[in-house]
Amino acid sequence: MPENIEQMEDLSSTEKDRLAQTGLEVEMKNRSGSFFQVDQDIRQAASLEKGIEVLAIGEALRKYDWLKDHYWKLVPRDKDQYTKFVADQPDPRGFVIIARKGSRTVYPLQACLFLSKTPVQHVHNLIIAEEGAELHIISGCASASYTKTGSHVGVSEFYVGKGARVTSTMIHNWGEEISVFPRSAALVEEDGVFLSNYVCMQPVRKVQMAPVAYLKGKNAIARFSSITVTTPGSYMDLGSVVHLSAEGASAELLTRAITTGGTLISRGMIEGEVGHTKGHIECKGLILRDGVIHAIPEIKGNVVDTELSHEAAVGKIARDEIEYLMSRGLDEGVATATIIRGFLDVKIAGLPDVLQKQIDAAIDAAEKSGF
Amino acid sequence: MLDIEDLHVEIGGKEVLHDINLHIGEGETHVLMGPNGSGKTTLLRAIMGFAGLTLTEGRITFKGHDITRIPLHERAKMGMGMLFQRPPTIAGLKLGKLLEVTSGGDLKKVEEYSQYLHMDNFLDRSINLGFSGGEIKRSEVLQLMIQKPDFVMLDEPESGVDLENISLIGNAIAKLVDKDVHIVNRKKSGLVITHTGYILDYLDADFGHVMCDGVFRCHGNPREILKVIKTSGYKECLACQKI
Repeated sequence: MPENIEQMEDLSSTEKDRLAQTGLEVEMKNRSGSFFQVDQDIRQAASLEKGIEVLAIGEALRKYDWLKDHYWKLVPRDKDQYTKFVADQPDPRGFVIIARKGSRTVYPLQACLFLSKTPVQHVHNLIIAEEGAELHIISGCASASYTKTGSHVGVSEFYVGKGARVTSTMIHNWGEEISVFPRSAALVEEDGVFLSNYVCMQPVRKVQMAPVAYLKGKNAIARFSSITVTTPGSYMDLGSVVHLSAEGASAELLTRAITTGGTLISRGMIEGEVGHTKGHIECKGLILRDGVIHAIPEIKGNVVDTELSHEAAVGKIARDEIEYLMSRGLDEGVATATIIRGFLDVKIAGLPDVLQKQIDAAIDAAEKSGF
Repeated sequence: MLDIEDLHVEIGGKEVLHDINLHIGEGETHVLMGPNGSGKTTLLRAIMGFAGLTLTEGRITFKGHDITRIPLHERAKMGMGMLFQRPPTIAGLKLGKLLEVTSGGDLKKVEEYSQYLHMDNFLDRSINLGFSGGEIKRSEVLQLMIQKPDFVMLDEPESGVDLENISLIGNAIAKLVDKDVHIVNRKKSGLVITHTGYILDYLDADFGHVMCDGVFRCHGNPREILKVIKTSGYKECLACQKI
């Protein structure tokens, strides 16, 4: 076990590989800023982009008094035992990203949260995109190869200003005995766009989360996509909730889930609170080996002019699809893997290429290990 | 190329093909006609090796090898191919991705052939998802051009195809069965199901067969057979004593 991990470069190649699988660039290539936290120690917080700040949360709260208007304003401190645990920390950890009015990142900012020795890692992140700003964040969360047990509790609050665009892509690579409880919420103002992507293809003991987006401004958009493979012994309870609270607001929740023996609960909830709003939930699940995929899509309309719909399908790969590819000369295994790869191949509209490639790479890695 | 001897096929315990005998030589193209539900597609599926049907008797020999019991993909690897009348839709799997796999990564060839068949804008689309009738057939032909089978079975290649596309598809299919090669050097063989015979304008067929209720009623010149069916329908075949 390494004694001192000062920077990402100090990690052993095994750990670097584990982080690379979560989309992190240890050498910062194609990245415009970085935050690196090992257990509770913040090793790095830096931005290369003008108009964008990446700070450790403690420092940020001391530096900018106005942040208190954003701190614990979207996620309630007493939401559950995990938020209470984070709120009770005397010295908060995590990052603050502030994208000033009109600024934009050419390359994504990366946030790396690495669980090494501590039993519980806690973080609290604030992401603020002011009017017209464009911000792309990739958070890679991983545990060290030698870390067998532990928990990660993360609170994230996103503020997407007028006309701003924020994408948050989270790729997880935990261990079999790690439990993870992210608690996130986003406030999206007029013409703002919030895209949240979650990818987890590796074993984990338990992940439970249900991020919430409040679309408070006219024509605000939220899109949540989740692509997961649940392995035996893994339990994932993933949901997303969107409140359509302004005219023209729209939301889409998309899930592609595979189980190879684990349990996945896919919850989705869209509430149309005012007129001229739209929402759609799509959940597709493939059961490759006996496991559970439980889709719970919910739509709730409170007014005449809200259009909400959902579709969910869970099953196996159709025999005629496999045979179709076999008739082209692929053996059954390759035919099946090719179809699965296609099933997971979701192109997320509005996501920068470099991040789409990162998602594709995570799926490729899962494909290589034979799902 | 292909020899079928005394083949009997059951689906769900019921015999649907009875005592089928067929010989297709190297470089020959045969046409299979018959009313709907007569067993034509089932015969193609039995030759290709699809699940869901049971070969109770008989033998299929391909290029001198008994393939009666060998799996579907091995038959494809030996040089058999099939154009589906109604192929499945595979949501998510992009046509281009499949061609990349079947071409062994020869993206140049994929590009060239897809341009030829006007399918270059479909490579990024899920296979057959939202494709029109003509697009499905062009996608099928494209997949076969990449696969390059020595023996190709075509299940109603012209159905659902408009007049503009039929020549494109017809000419491409003609190449699949070596119609652009001098008869002496022609190596590839085909078995084509057609109802209309339009495809025969592009594809000179050597032999014709008529199937009714799971048996061959007639073998002969494909143009002559088609003429009879067009004027008198299949009832003439059923009444025919010439078999």
